[in-house]
Amino acid sequence: MAFREYKIGCMMFGFALSFSMFVTIYLPGIDISGMSSTKVALEKQLTYGWESGFNYYDPFLQGKDKPIKVVLSKDPRTGAAIDKTNAYVFKAGTHFPNGLTHDNILGENVQAVSTSKGRIGEASEEKGGVFLVRVDADDTPYIEFATATRGWNVDAVLKASDSQSLAGSGKTMFVREGCWWCHTLLPEQTQDWQTFGRPPLVGDFNGESPTTFGSDRKAPDLLHVGSRNSSREWMTMHFFNPRLVQPHSIMPRYDYLWGTKDSEGNTIDLKAWDVEYKAYAAGAEGSIYPPEVPIPASDSEARMLIDFVLNLK
Amino acid sequence: MLKYLMAKEENIPQGTAALFFGISSIAWFIIGTGIGSFNAAKLAFPDWYHGLYALQFGHMRQVHVHAVIFGWIGMAFAASMMYITPALGNTKLWSEKMGVWNCLLYNVGLCLALALLWSGVTSGREYSDHVWPIDLYIAFVMVVPWSLNVWMTILNRRTQGIYTTNWFFAACMFMTVIVFLVGNLPEFFHLTGLNEAYMTWWFAHNILGLLITPVAAAITYYIVPKITGNPLYSHRVGHLHFWSIVVFYSTPAAHHLMSSPLPEWLKSFASVEGVLILVPAVAYVCNILLTMQGKWSLFVSNIEIKFTITGVLLAIPLNMQGGFQQTRAINWYIHGTGWIVAHAHLALLGFSTFAEAASVYYGMQVLLRRKLYSASLANFHFWMLLIGFSLYWTSMTISGLIQGAAKIYEVPYVDVVIAEHPYMIVRWIGGTMVFFGNIIWMYNMVMTARCGNPIPAGRQPVEVAYTR
Repeated sequence: MAFREYKIGCMMFGFALSFSMFVTIYLPGIDISGMSSTKVALEKQLTYGWESGFNYYDPFLQGKDKPIKVVLSKDPRTGAAIDKTNAYVFKAGTHFPNGLTHDNILGENVQAVSTSKGRIGEASEEKGGVFLVRVDADDTPYIEFATATRGWNVDAVLKASDSQSLAGSGKTMFVREGCWWCHTLLPEQTQDWQTFGRPPLVGDFNGESPTTFGSDRKAPDLLHVGSRNSSREWMTMHFFNPRLVQPHSIMPRYDYLWGTKDSEGNTIDLKAWDVEYKAYAAGAEGSIYPPEVPIPASDSEARMLIDFVLNLK
Repeated sequence: MLKYLMAKEENIPQGTAALFFGISSIAWFIIGTGIGSFNAAKLAFPDWYHGLYALQFGHMRQVHVHAVIFGWIGMAFAASMMYITPALGNTKLWSEKMGVWNCLLYNVGLCLALALLWSGVTSGREYSDHVWPIDLYIAFVMVVPWSLNVWMTILNRRTQGIYTTNWFFAACMFMTVIVFLVGNLPEFFHLTGLNEAYMTWWFAHNILGLLITPVAAAITYYIVPKITGNPLYSHRVGHLHFWSIVVFYSTPAAHHLMSSPLPEWLKSFASVEGVLILVPAVAYVCNILLTMQGKWSLFVSNIEIKFTITGVLLAIPLNMQGGFQQTRAINWYIHGTGWIVAHAHLALLGFSTFAEAASVYYGMQVLLRRKLYSASLANFHFWMLLIGFSLYWTSMTISGLIQGAAKIYEVPYVDVVIAEHPYMIVRWIGGTMVFFGNIIWMYNMVMTARCGNPIPAGRQPVEVAYTR
């Protein structure tokens, strides 16, 4: 620092950079953090759990440490019939999303109602529990800790459920397999309404991590894909080999996510399948239909990913 | 390299660290563009080599990005800084030994980081894909020692003033450390929601705008006056460039998320600030092109000037795109399309790469004291890069415009995929040309080290004739 000018220069530099960070990080941070969670954000948090990218509890992104989303049509405690209800089951030890563990994520009103009516303050990660997303008379969405409010415990809910979705683990697959390099989860505000549906709102993201918007769309937006196409059969074929249902697709095959056994315990031979498929694709004599796509086992990664995609309503 | 790791500082020849960084950068350039070409083939022919699950597109895409950014561009920068900074301070590198260690640990860290990304272990954030332990390694083992070497060399300089290039080097390394640590706060502290999404793009924007483009510019501020013998056209315009980078380039991060539900004031602010990057851009390009006065024949006859000036000329469309494509009216059309991919490659493979290639070409000759082995091979490399890049840029821009039109008119997506197919093939051909050009470069550099004509003491490489 031989010259006085450099001292002044360094001070100016420090001032400019700090001011830039004040305007571009601190001020937007206040605005964004002040937004209340929407119902969508509550559902997403309870579906995806704490973190879907790399984390200490699932370092290799295998879909561990995730809640299970179930559909109930009877009360698991009394057995009485109820309206179809989505419940989010956190087995003991599963980490809660930030909205349940930090006071500043849900937003003031949502936090207040979730605490008073929903009794989320009584929930603990060690014991686990069952959560619901509700809307009160003032249209404020809130989280209800059903284990406290209705006595629904984890095992009873899993037993009484009509169906179970591994969408939370599926989001981990979505991140790990890089689906978001081509499929955005962000219908644009100025167009996309007709084909891809409603763009997300500011409060739709509270507590979600990572958000995996995607930036480079090489394939359809998926934010509402489950509403456009809710066929599990179609999704299964499409993930196994997209060219089976869309001949012009450039999507990679995800057949390796099926693992070694299908849902009935039969060994999956991908090489043999590929030989048959090639014969079919080449129009070989006697090969009228493509080979059967195996049904993924209930704990396979393919099942998780399909559950995730179908859950994107 | 290994024998210098334990050697005493005074026994390590000057320029060793820069040489190792230089040769590593070329190797990573070959790897990075090879993977890029591979990925592009996947987009044109998805079933082409089915069965190798390790080579899934979703796993390879980010490996390409980080191999070229950290491997090629990062190491070419390190090589450049480690020979240019001491030269401009009329001194030697502060610690050659730390530089050698830095290079080794940089390579080791990058291999580890890419292996993790390859296997799908990712934070799920574009450009800050690395998991947080790797982020900390990058910041404190790869970047901080490199920065220390630059800063300490400048502090220990034996000249009175500091030349433009060195302001940029010192400031950009500082900003890189800050941006890296602040931009990864969402991972360190598990910040969530839109805050996290916005910080991801704050990081991505600033790492490009405060490291990659200004350091490439700083390199050309050195190469052009050094080889032409002309003084820099204007020191003051250099000041304008520097300060407007710090003020205008560090603020428009939100323009990457124009179609997301961020606060509207933030988007408008980012959009206006985004146009203001034309200030540093125009200042810079004018300054360099005016420095060339009277020496334009070197643009044809000298390899390093050919690369540098091509890079500077590519900075013109780059900044015109960059300034205007993020305004709402244009962003509405091209956001999230191949146009952006083309633009990103114009910045990294166009402007920045050409400047760095010039710097590595020049630095290797100076450090080895050997004239470039073959001008013909270097020209071949240049044209492979330029034609390959142009094919890539043109095809991706066209496919981006197709995508944009289809987006506005809400055409079924599969029709876009069909329409883009020919451009995906051209993109793949362009990328593959760049890859093969780089292999030739590596050969040329190895041959330069082995049997390039020696440069006599006290002479510059430009004063020695090409013989092949």
